[in-house]
Amino acid sequence: MMELVHSFGDGAVIAKRNLIKIKRVPEVLVFVLISPIMFVLLFAYVFGSSIDIPGGSYREFLIAGIFAQTVVFGATFTGAGLAEDMQKGIIHRFRSLPMSRSAVIVGRTASDVVYNVLSLAIMAITGLLVGWRIHSGVLDAIGGFALLLLFAYAFSWVMAYVGLLVPSPEVVNNASFIVIFPLTFVANTFVPSDNLPAPLKFFAEWNPVSAVTQAARELFGNIPAGTPQPTAWPLKNPVAYTLVWVVAIVAVFAPLSVARYRRAAQRV
Amino acid sequence: MSHVIEASGLVKRYKDVIALDGLDLSVPAGTVLGLLGPNGAGKTTAVSILTTLLQPDEGSATVAGADVIGTPHLVRQRIGLAGQNAAVDEYLTGFENLEMIGRLYRLGRRRSRERARILLEQLDLIDAADRPVKTYSGGMRRRLDLAGALVAETPVLFLDEPTTGLDPRSRIDLWAIIKSLVAQGTTLLLTTQYLDEADQLADDIVVIDHGRAIASGTPDELKEMVGGERIEVTVRDAGQADLARRTLVRFAVGDIQTDGRAETLLVPITGGAPVLTQALRELDLEGVAIRDVTLRRPTLDDAFLALTGHGAESSAKGRTDSAPARDDGAGRPREASRR
Repeated sequence: MMELVHSFGDGAVIAKRNLIKIKRVPEVLVFVLISPIMFVLLFAYVFGSSIDIPGGSYREFLIAGIFAQTVVFGATFTGAGLAEDMQKGIIHRFRSLPMSRSAVIVGRTASDVVYNVLSLAIMAITGLLVGWRIHSGVLDAIGGFALLLLFAYAFSWVMAYVGLLVPSPEVVNNASFIVIFPLTFVANTFVPSDNLPAPLKFFAEWNPVSAVTQAARELFGNIPAGTPQPTAWPLKNPVAYTLVWVVAIVAVFAPLSVARYRRAAQRV
Repeated sequence: MSHVIEASGLVKRYKDVIALDGLDLSVPAGTVLGLLGPNGAGKTTAVSILTTLLQPDEGSATVAGADVIGTPHLVRQRIGLAGQNAAVDEYLTGFENLEMIGRLYRLGRRRSRERARILLEQLDLIDAADRPVKTYSGGMRRRLDLAGALVAETPVLFLDEPTTGLDPRSRIDLWAIIKSLVAQGTTLLLTTQYLDEADQLADDIVVIDHGRAIASGTPDELKEMVGGERIEVTVRDAGQADLARRTLVRFAVGDIQTDGRAETLLVPITGGAPVLTQALRELDLEGVAIRDVTLRRPTLDDAFLALTGHGAESSAKGRTDSAPARDDGAGRPREASRR
């Protein structure tokens, strides 16, 4: 119990340190945020004109997918940040201090929530500019963003683990694309999954990124009236399915990452 | 028991390399142990084990009454560490770095800030306190790193080559700071490649090579073993080395040694410059052509020559880099000597 309290306390100290870095070097945000903005423009104006959403507008359909993609991509920021920490001299300091052994990772995933809030805000503004609107109530909308953030938090634990596996921050980006591309593209993010060939459709329906996208669409009121109900269970219960994934991911990757951190620390 | 640091039979292997080969150390409370050795001798590995950063393959150690393997957490509460790779965050200011370290020692916010302020004053960093460390010079980073080790006023300190890579002025400043700490009763283990540094700061010195202690004693005892000043003469023609040796033998207060190359002679002397002048005159009279001559105080290399019969450099053989010690913080430490 004491260990848990210390883990949070020390994690908060580390999170504060990470946030100071974002404040001092805001450039890092610019580069990570540019790609989702490019995606909005690309899909809204280039591909969007040839993708048909029955009874609705593609841009309304698109933005929830972009949100999901943004938080998944954003998780690489966590991995790269940790990989960089492990390379720097400061890690020697942390390891010689009587701090919680999980604090470096707990702090990193916590500070990246702030990063995700910022990036979702920027994406929402971009969305509003290209014609996306929230048609639901305030509570639903807040619920939508909260669910996206929860999913982002969980996914940043996956990338934390990747960040501790690889030898340098540069590798994180490349390594993570192997996971991120299928997850974000073989999904209902950019095109309705009904149009996919059977095996891909099956993957897309059970893909948690599809569920969080579907949940966000529902909560923001971006599903036009008359759209047929999805048949797959995850898409019929997207909020519940997403929450199951959030819990499962953290339950698996938090202990894995902490163990990996201890071992990586022993490498030096 | 009054030994604050106690290690016995420490062994650490990396694949085909043995970094530590049965090292014993003991440091009485309130004293300074200088761990002296060349690059790759195992100094950083020893410090890493004693500070719980690394597990030994064999052997045991206690620091401030806590077992480094069994209860590393207790050890960490009782030690401060400053290393070669200034372990500070470069995006934070000096003040933020020290405050963070204080918080992670769980001193609480108020006490952490207070300690940060005091140390920045003490280490002459107060003007740079609110600047990101990125803008600091190498010497300033080292001082900040040292401050980090001092935040929690722990009874035991480990300083791993605290002055390597610093300019002479910063070294002397840092020595003064370390001396004043020790005067307050801190137990200190210090590693260094410089005999004069160990001489200045340590009560006892252990010389290590290939992960083993090869000599130990007080600085005076060690200097006695090594000899005092020496003249280093390089003759132009190796054929004249013997003549030079015969000429210089009457100035020597010990054995004349060669430095691997036949044309360089190391002549232990006492009496300094006047003796050097006379020796040169004699060499000139004998017609020995000289390429280079220096009067030197003993260095680590001399100590090694005296203690092992080989120079410090050769013990670093097999390593790709013999530049001044630097652990780049990534991968394994460069402290590791091939057997």
